[in-house]
Amino acid sequence: MVSEDLDIANKNLPAEQGPVQYVNELTTLNLGPTHPATHGIFQNILQMDGEKIVSGEQTVGYIHRAFEKIAERRPFYQITTLTDRMNYCSSPINNMGWHMTVEKLLGIDIPKRAQYIRVIMMELARIADHIVCNGILGADAGALTGFTYVFQEREKIYDIYEEICGARLTTNMGRIGGMERDLSPTAIRKIREFLVRFPKVLQEFENLFNRNRIFMDRVINVGSITAERALSYGFTGPNLRAAGVDYDVRVMNPYSSYDDFEFDIPIGQNGDTYDRYMVRSEEMWQSLRIIKQAMDNLPEGSYYADAPQYYLPPKQEVYKNMEALIYHFKIVMGEIDAPVGEVYHAVEGGNGELGFYLISDGGRAPYRLHFRRPCFIYYQAYPEMCKGLTLSDAIIIMSSMNVIAGELDA
Amino acid sequence: MLTNEEVAQTIINQFGESVRDFDDPYNLLTFSTTRENIIPLITYLKDHTTYQVSFLTDITAIHYPDSPGKEFCVVYHLHSLINNFRLRIKVYLTAEDIHIPTATTLYASANWMERETFDLFGVIFDGHPDLRRILNMEEMDYHPMRKEYPLEDSTREDKIDALFGR
Repeated sequence: MVSEDLDIANKNLPAEQGPVQYVNELTTLNLGPTHPATHGIFQNILQMDGEKIVSGEQTVGYIHRAFEKIAERRPFYQITTLTDRMNYCSSPINNMGWHMTVEKLLGIDIPKRAQYIRVIMMELARIADHIVCNGILGADAGALTGFTYVFQEREKIYDIYEEICGARLTTNMGRIGGMERDLSPTAIRKIREFLVRFPKVLQEFENLFNRNRIFMDRVINVGSITAERALSYGFTGPNLRAAGVDYDVRVMNPYSSYDDFEFDIPIGQNGDTYDRYMVRSEEMWQSLRIIKQAMDNLPEGSYYADAPQYYLPPKQEVYKNMEALIYHFKIVMGEIDAPVGEVYHAVEGGNGELGFYLISDGGRAPYRLHFRRPCFIYYQAYPEMCKGLTLSDAIIIMSSMNVIAGELDA
Repeated sequence: MLTNEEVAQTIINQFGESVRDFDDPYNLLTFSTTRENIIPLITYLKDHTTYQVSFLTDITAIHYPDSPGKEFCVVYHLHSLINNFRLRIKVYLTAEDIHIPTATTLYASANWMERETFDLFGVIFDGHPDLRRILNMEEMDYHPMRKEYPLEDSTREDKIDALFGR
């Protein structure tokens, strides 16, 4: 009776086949192009040995929009809208970088007030950029709470953008020759409010993460890169500083009066995900310091340069003033006299050295414009950084590198 | 603090006739060399004990269809982080023979920069480990940043060059 029951119970089991055969075979995992855990369109074809990544191959270019080609047909002042769409987490930095490149070509001196307003906007943009990066890093490591705290503040930064230029994400901020308008009392109030409120929120965010055991276990010694390899791979910005190299364009080649301000450059030691997180976190504090100094010492004076042939005149002037109308017409039709020349100008973008290589043949549009996009250059180190780690590590490494698809593909 | 003249003189002493067209537009040392000398030149600058030009900022190309024999120009931007000194090296190539040695042996970052330049201009980097298109799709049969490929559809008549840009 008992053995009969057993027979029935075993009836559907497969026959025994001896010891399990292990095959030495790698799995190919297609991470992306649209994967919920990668923020943007990135494809990585990973060779996996179980949970471990053996090698990876990236495919980029999914949102390539040929900005360099389009720029060859656009008058100088219309190219800001292209730069907006590169690193869309910190568009004002890209905008200002482009304006400064053209101003360098044309040889325009910008009044101090405009330079300070630009610095304020660029540092707000840097904070917005780092909020996204660190918030998302937390979210990818499994802690969504911190992300929701700081994202509220990003909205406030966008409110300030809106007050300055009327747009929130793709800002098209500033003009060749200065800013499009002065800081309004509302803008000043909003920036002041932000300076009071944001430190508390950032402190709270840091309390959630900096010494959080679970977070530290996930990020320390994950995705390390040595300073030597980082330099060979062309790292710049927070990712290079996390590896221990104190290269910052704001200090090395100061632009827009950055040498007037006192701030520190945070650096890391191991170049791992935790160091990248900490460097970005500290940079937000430094940005706050810069904004505070700029707001306290905001010089009086004009917010645009005295260069009527290049600076788009205010609209009220265009309606009332003959010369303004003529210049408005000439600039809008692209009839400005740009000199022949070649310029390389670099700014410290959210992710590193954002360079503009502009060649002008004296025409209305650049003869050639090349963007040195930091993401594009350092993203090639990604497979090397992921090697031997697990898939979940690969996801947070990508978040901590802050690869922005728009900048990667241009 | 290095001056442009000082570095230029050292390079001339070392490479003689093969480096020329020295200029410093907007205070950035610029000169051109031949494709045989580009890799020795970058290696020399990288290994130089005081200059230590050990950071490759950028590689790109420019197309000059109207200058025969010098149709393509490959531009290298280098940076010495120690001395905070930047320089720009140009190599002119003819359209019939657009080959140039790769810099991937010196800088890992050159890999994608060269792939991008190949993709957009068709400059062939000899010795590159993986010279494929990077931004555009594999099936594309032209190099879009060359001047002969117009951005606009040439059959359109509503957009006049005189009014809408170049």
